[in-house]
Amino acid sequence: MAVAATTGASRGPEGSFLLPSAHLRRRLRVEKAVKAALFVAALASVATTVAIAVSLFEPTIEFFADIPVGQFFSGTTWAPLFRPAQFGVWPLVTGTFLVMAIAVAVAVPCGLGAAFYLNEYARPRTRAVVKPVLEILAGIPTVVFGFFALFFVNPQIVQRLWPFGGVGTFSALAAGLVVGIMILPTMASLSEDAMAAVPGALRDGALALGATRREVCTKVVFPAALSGIVAATVLAVSRAIGETTIVLLAAGSNPRFTLNPGEGVQTMASFIGFAGIGDQPTGSTGYKTIFAVGTLLFVITFVLNLISVRVVRRFREAYE
Amino acid sequence: MSAASRVVAASLASSVPARRRVRDALFGAALVASILVALVTLGALLVDTFLQGRPRLNGQLLQNMPSARPARAGLQSAILGSLWVVGLAGGLSLPLGVGSAVYLEEFAPRDRWYIRLIELNIQNLAGVPSVVFGILGLAFVARGPLGWGFTVGSAALVLTILVLPTVIVASREAIRAVPPSLRDGALALGATRWQTIWRQVLPAAVPGIATGSILSVSRALGESAPLLLLGALTFVTFNPDGLDSGYTVLPLLIFKYASDAKAEFHVVAAAAIIVLLAILLTMNTTAILVRNHFQKRRA
Amino acid sequence: MRPNLGKAAALVLAGGVLLAACGGDGGGGGEPGSGLSGDIRIDGSSTVTPLIALAAEDFQAGNSGVRVTVGTSGTGGGFEKFCNGETDISMASRAIKDSETQACAAKGIQPLELIVANDGLSVVVNPDNDWAECLTVAQLAAMWEPGSRVSNWNQVDPSFPSQPLELFGAGSDSGTFDYFTAAVNGEEGATRTDYNPSEDDNVTVTGVAGDKGALGYFGLSYLLENEGKVKGVAIDGGSGCVAPSTDTVQAGTYTPLSRPLFVYVKAASAQRPEVQAFVRYYFDNQASITDEALFVPLTDEQVGKARQELAAITGG
Repeated sequence: MAVAATTGASRGPEGSFLLPSAHLRRRLRVEKAVKAALFVAALASVATTVAIAVSLFEPTIEFFADIPVGQFFSGTTWAPLFRPAQFGVWPLVTGTFLVMAIAVAVAVPCGLGAAFYLNEYARPRTRAVVKPVLEILAGIPTVVFGFFALFFVNPQIVQRLWPFGGVGTFSALAAGLVVGIMILPTMASLSEDAMAAVPGALRDGALALGATRREVCTKVVFPAALSGIVAATVLAVSRAIGETTIVLLAAGSNPRFTLNPGEGVQTMASFIGFAGIGDQPTGSTGYKTIFAVGTLLFVITFVLNLISVRVVRRFREAYE
Repeated sequence: MSAASRVVAASLASSVPARRRVRDALFGAALVASILVALVTLGALLVDTFLQGRPRLNGQLLQNMPSARPARAGLQSAILGSLWVVGLAGGLSLPLGVGSAVYLEEFAPRDRWYIRLIELNIQNLAGVPSVVFGILGLAFVARGPLGWGFTVGSAALVLTILVLPTVIVASREAIRAVPPSLRDGALALGATRWQTIWRQVLPAAVPGIATGSILSVSRALGESAPLLLLGALTFVTFNPDGLDSGYTVLPLLIFKYASDAKAEFHVVAAAAIIVLLAILLTMNTTAILVRNHFQKRRA
Repeated sequence: MRPNLGKAAALVLAGGVLLAACGGDGGGGGEPGSGLSGDIRIDGSSTVTPLIALAAEDFQAGNSGVRVTVGTSGTGGGFEKFCNGETDISMASRAIKDSETQACAAKGIQPLELIVANDGLSVVVNPDNDWAECLTVAQLAAMWEPGSRVSNWNQVDPSFPSQPLELFGAGSDSGTFDYFTAAVNGEEGATRTDYNPSEDDNVTVTGVAGDKGALGYFGLSYLLENEGKVKGVAIDGGSGCVAPSTDTVQAGTYTPLSRPLFVYVKAASAQRPEVQAFVRYYFDNQASITDEALFVPLTDEQVGKARQELAAITGG
C-alpha cells in the first residue's frame, strides 16, 4: 500500500507521529485552501440557479410593467410578435397541456408496463435484450425524435389513422406521441427502481397466500412502490412540458387555442425556441416575451419538481 | 422474482379459477405490449432513418461543408463545431463537477442549511427544461454582462452549466461507493483528509466518475434546444478556430436540413442523424467498457 | 449483461475512423486563393438567403481565408443586428425603414443599399387544389386581413368547394411579411394572427405541401425550387390573371407583388478588401448565381447602377 508514502508526518520522540512538523503544518494549510476551492466549486450550482432566477425575473418584471398581468392570463389570442400585439397566454398553455397529456398517456402505462415486465415477469435473457433497448431509447437526441415525428409518425401514422378530419403537415398528436416515447425509458427505469426496492418477502407472502403474478403486481408491488412511481410520473410530466425541439419540428408554430390533437399547436417551450431563432432585438417587447414565458415554464417545472421530492419523502414506505 | 417463487406461482396457477386466469393473461399481454411499443418504435426510427439517409452515407458527407446545394452538402463544420463545443464543456464541467462532488461528500458538514440548499439546487437544476438554459445563455452570456455573442465560447459555457448537475450526481455516487475501509485505513496511517481523497478515494472512484462524465458529455452532444437561442442555426462553412468563432453543431444542422423544403436535404439530415447516432453509440459503449473493465479489475 | 467485446471494439474503431476521416480535410479543398482573410457576417431575410448563401459558398471556395456566416433572422431581425454593429451585410426583402435608418445612424452605421435580384412574391396552394387557379387581391385581402374569420375556401368564393382553409406565411420579422401585408391589406404589418408563421420560408413550403386546403406566400425562388410540392396561383391585380414567373416579373406584368431584393452593406465594412471582393464577386457573377438559385436576375442597368454605388463608397 502506498499510504505510508503519502503521509508527511515526521518522527517525533520515540517514532511517534503526534507532533506536527513544519511539513505537516504546511500541508494542513494547503488542505484548507483546497477545501475552500472545492466549496467554491460547489457554489457554482447555486450561482447557476441565481443566474437563472435573475436572468428570467428582471425582464419578466419589465414585461409585466408593459402588459397587464390580467391580459396575459386571460386572453386567448397569442400574437406577441405581430402588430397590434396580443398577449393572451392561454393558447400556449392549452398547447402544452395537449402535448403533455398525449405524451403521458403513452409514457406512463407503457413505462409502468415495461417496469413490471422487467421486474416481475422477464427471464434474465429477455432482460438482457430489453434493458439495452430502453437505454438506447433514452440516449437518442431530441432532434432525431423530431425528425422521426415529422417525416414518419405524422404522414404514416397520424394522417392515415386519425378519424376526426384531415391532418396537415403538423399535429399535436405526432409531437405528443413521440415525446411520450422519449420519456418512456425514464418512466420505466425510475418505476423499476421503485419496484426493486419492495422486499421479496412481501411478494413471496402474497404468492404463498394464493395470489397470481398479476395480483402480486397490482395489489402488492404497485401500492408498495407507489411513492416512487408517482415521483417518476411527475418527472415524466415535467419533461414533457419542457420539450422544445420535437414540438418545434412536428407541431408547427401556430398558437392555436384548441384541444384537437389533429391540429398543430405551439407550446410554451416551442414558442421560446421559435422566438429565439427569429432573434428578437434586445429590450423589445418581443424579447421580453421570451422571458415572461420562460419564467412561467420555469415556475411550473420547479413546482412539479418540489412536489415530486415531497411525495417521495412523505409516502416512502420504510422497509428497513 | 426468484426462480423459486416462479415455480411456486406456476404450480399454483393451475388451481386459479378461469376469470382470474383471463385477467392474468390480459395483464401479461398488456405488459408485453408495453415492451413492444418501445421496441417497435426504436426499430421503426432506426430503420426509417437508415433507409432515408443511406444514399448519402459516404466519405463526402464527412469531408464536405454544408452547402446550399444538397448534392454537395456535408457535415464537416458541424462535426468539428460539436467537438469544440462539447469538448470545452466537458473539460470545464469535469473539474467543477468532481470538485463539487468531493466537497459535498467528503468535507461538507451534514445538516447545515446552506449544504441542503446546494443539494436542493442541484436536484432542481437537473429537472429544468434545457431551453431555459438557452434563455440564461442569451441573457447573460451571449448578450448582457458577458456579451460574448453567438460564439463557441458562449455555447460551451451554457452546455457546461447544463451538464454540471449530472456530473455532480454521478461523481457523488462514485465517491460514495468507495468502501469506507479505504479511507479509514489511510487516515489511520496518518494521512490528511485531502491526501486520502487525492490518493485513495478519487483513484478508486475514477471508473464511476469517468462513466458519468462520458454519459453527461454525450448528452451535451445531442442537445439542440439551448443552442437554438445561441445562434447555432447559421449557415457556417468553416471550422471553428477559437472561442470567439462562429459555429454550428450537428444536432442543429440536422434541424436546419430537416426544416428545409427540398426533399434532398431531408436525405442529408437522415444521413447526419446516422453519423450523430454512431458517435453517441461509440461514446456510450466506451463508457460501459470502462465501467466493466474496472469492475472486473476490482473483483 | 456482458457486452460482446469484439463487437464493441469494432464500433469504437469505426468511430475512430469516422472522426479521423473528417479531421483530414480542413476548410475545403482547392487553391488557397487570393490570400484574402477575415470574417464577413451576414444576416437577414430568408427570401434572399438562398441567393447569398450560394454566393458565399462559391466565394469561399476560391478564398479559403475568408469566413462567411449567413444567418436567417428575418429582414427585421437582420436590421436590428446590423444597426447594432453585429453584422457586416444585412439581407432584406423590403427597403429599409426610416426608423431603422435612424437606429443605424444613432450607432454611427451607414448602410449602402444594393439591389441584388428581382422577385415576384408568389401565392401558393397545395397541388391537389384544383379550384384556386386565379385569385384577386380582394380575395386575398378577405383571407388575410386583420380579424378575418374566413376558415373555409367556399367563403372566399361560393364556387369553391368546401375545404377548411389552412394558412401559412411569413412571420412578423420578415420583409416578405411586410411587403405582402402592405400590398394585399393596404398597410404594412396588418394581418390576421391565427396562421402558421415562420421566418423560414422552407417551413411554409412544407406546410402548404402537406395540407390540401393550405395557402401560403413566399418569394418566387421557393416556388421554382419546389414545383410539384406546391402550385403557384395567378394573381389578378386589376388587369387580368398573371401567373408568377421569371418572365412576368421581368416584364413587370406581375403586379402588385413584384419587388426588388436588397442587401445593405455597412459602409465601414465596405472598406475592407474581403467585403469588397465578395460584393464585387456577386455582381460579376450575378447572372449565373441568380440562374442557379432560381431568382429573377437583374437587368444590365441595375447591375451598372450597383457597381457605381459600390465604387462611390469604396473609391474604386
